Amino acid sequence: MSATVASPPSTPLPGMAMVRAFGRPLLALVRQPAGAIGLFGVVFFLLLAFVGPSFVALDVKTKLGKEYQLPSSEFLLGTDYQGRDVFSQIVHGGRDIIIVATTTALITTAIAVSLGALAGFLGGWFDTVVLAIADIILTIPQFPLLLVLATFVRLNNIVLLGVLLAALGWPALMRAIRSQVLSLRQRDYIEAARCLDLGTGHIVFQQILPSMTGYIAISFTLGMINAIFLQVGLIFLGLVPLSGNNWGVMLQLAWVRGAIFIKGGLGYILSPVAAISLLQLSLIMLARSLEEIFNPRLRRGN
Amino acid sequence: MTAVNARSVDSPTSDGSHAALITLENVRWHVPTPRGLVKAVDGVSFSARDGEIVCLVGESGCGKTTTGKIAAGLLTPTSGRVLYEGRDISSLRGDDFKRFRRGVQLVHQDPYASINPMHTVGATLSAPLRRHGFAGSSSAARKRAAELLDLVDLTPSSDFLDKYPHQLSGGQRQRVSIARALTVEPRFIIADEPVSMVDVSIRISLLNTMLRLQMELGTGFLFITHDLALARYFAWGGRIGVMYVGRMVELGLASDVVAKPQHPYTRALLAAIPEADPELTRTKTRVELRSLEIPSLLRLPTGCTFHPRCPQFETGLCEVSVPQLRAPGSTVAELDSSNVHAVACHVVARG
Repeated sequence: MSATVASPPSTPLPGMAMVRAFGRPLLALVRQPAGAIGLFGVVFFLLLAFVGPSFVALDVKTKLGKEYQLPSSEFLLGTDYQGRDVFSQIVHGGRDIIIVATTTALITTAIAVSLGALAGFLGGWFDTVVLAIADIILTIPQFPLLLVLATFVRLNNIVLLGVLLAALGWPALMRAIRSQVLSLRQRDYIEAARCLDLGTGHIVFQQILPSMTGYIAISFTLGMINAIFLQVGLIFLGLVPLSGNNWGVMLQLAWVRGAIFIKGGLGYILSPVAAISLLQLSLIMLARSLEEIFNPRLRRGN
Repeated sequence: MTAVNARSVDSPTSDGSHAALITLENVRWHVPTPRGLVKAVDGVSFSARDGEIVCLVGESGCGKTTTGKIAAGLLTPTSGRVLYEGRDISSLRGDDFKRFRRGVQLVHQDPYASINPMHTVGATLSAPLRRHGFAGSSSAARKRAAELLDLVDLTPSSDFLDKYPHQLSGGQRQRVSIARALTVEPRFIIADEPVSMVDVSIRISLLNTMLRLQMELGTGFLFITHDLALARYFAWGGRIGVMYVGRMVELGLASDVVAKPQHPYTRALLAAIPEADPELTRTKTRVELRSLEIPSLLRLPTGCTFHPRCPQFETGLCEVSVPQLRAPGSTVAELDSSNVHAVACHVVARG
């Protein structure tokens, strides 16, 4: 720990505080079991979804007589209703899910953090307008709205799906960020920054937000979790006609084809469920230990 | 020291030595609360010339911190004006306002809360240097930050530039806080109880650092403290103003206020200072107050707010009208000429 403090870069770059705020906790993260498992799980699924497809070819060949097989040495997770390898589908099916989740979480966090921080710090009409928009979105039940929207918008583009989820997902986080900024802006060091005339941009993004990195990181993770549930829900209901292969589509097909009623379909229907659940579990464990790490009193222990 | 610009030492005379740099005119800070109007600051007036030291002394809750924040332009008074170089700061716009902002800086009481824990000392000092063009590049900012650390006696400065606040002691943090105020080369620093949360053993050295800055850079100070002994030490060449529940009760040259205290409250405060020599403390004449209770800001006594405690209280006079701050036998208008020793007390004014 002392090495990182003794030899920092000689020139403080903008955003360095942000980088430092993230770098040190990463070390602390792997020191506790829950964090280490969560981080391991997330990294595992990232590798599976983005590197895995280069090693495992997607099995598209219909094999009569091999439908609905239980896991075996030939088919690690069994086969589907056309006798295709479920394992290869799992490997190829994570990419879209993770991209949508990340896109949603990124956009949600970006909108929520900048609007929330500015609304909290500036107050006045800006605050009023942002809060009004947020309240309108918050009052509309999200999932039914998505159901309606999905029937109007052709959601065959995964990034578009991410944007749509984010457009509805930011208000709750925005309100949380805003209320934190409202309390942070009362701090003496913010008053000192105002006295030094450092400017709104600097005060919000360099002085206030870095002390909230922990909270933002947790919110990002929770945003991903929420986005995964929402999109899988939409796909499962058949409202997002996503072509290609992902865990949501697998689950929907398995359900529609009635894999649940066939003994050999166990591997087929449970594999996407397990993949989604394990990814969610990893994210939740990661978020939980992030919470502990970003507790300032723990962070100061060097 | 050569790096510090030249304006500091000789400008008071070039501006005319009596022109006030900063003036508070009948400043009030009245806060409506569910339980009634709180008059935290109730009609405070004083001014400070370039390079002058003014101390505000008073018990906690007497409104001295609020007065300091009003003088720094961080709070807008509910009535009254703050003048900087003779101009009302609420009328300043654009560059004029920026000049005031940079000209008057604040050093907070709590060094544990006043420095952003996420930034290194170097980053804390570089931000204002870069923002206001005192340093063109980050390496120049770093060099200047090191000079400023030297200036506040944090040496060797290279040891401190890359430290985070939590690696520093309270006294060191307070020095960083002072260095940060100095980044914008202010003409006036409002120091709000800068040593009250610092270990007693290093208080004097911190005060000496600030006194040296006043001498070398010509920076004026508004030194806010609850401790008259500290004010006596720090403001020896300047003036002391004594505040009591929102009002200024005595204002004058430090030597006058300490040697010839006029207001009964000031006398009580002076008598309460324990001297290092216990023999001296024991033989000091005590001022017997009629009550030890500080009045609530919600239910202020009528007339002179000090009358329920005052040993010189006279029925029919003190609880009836509010005494104005004036030099015995002169008008309020003369307060600006800085040698006046003014008191807000009916009994003293009558002579």
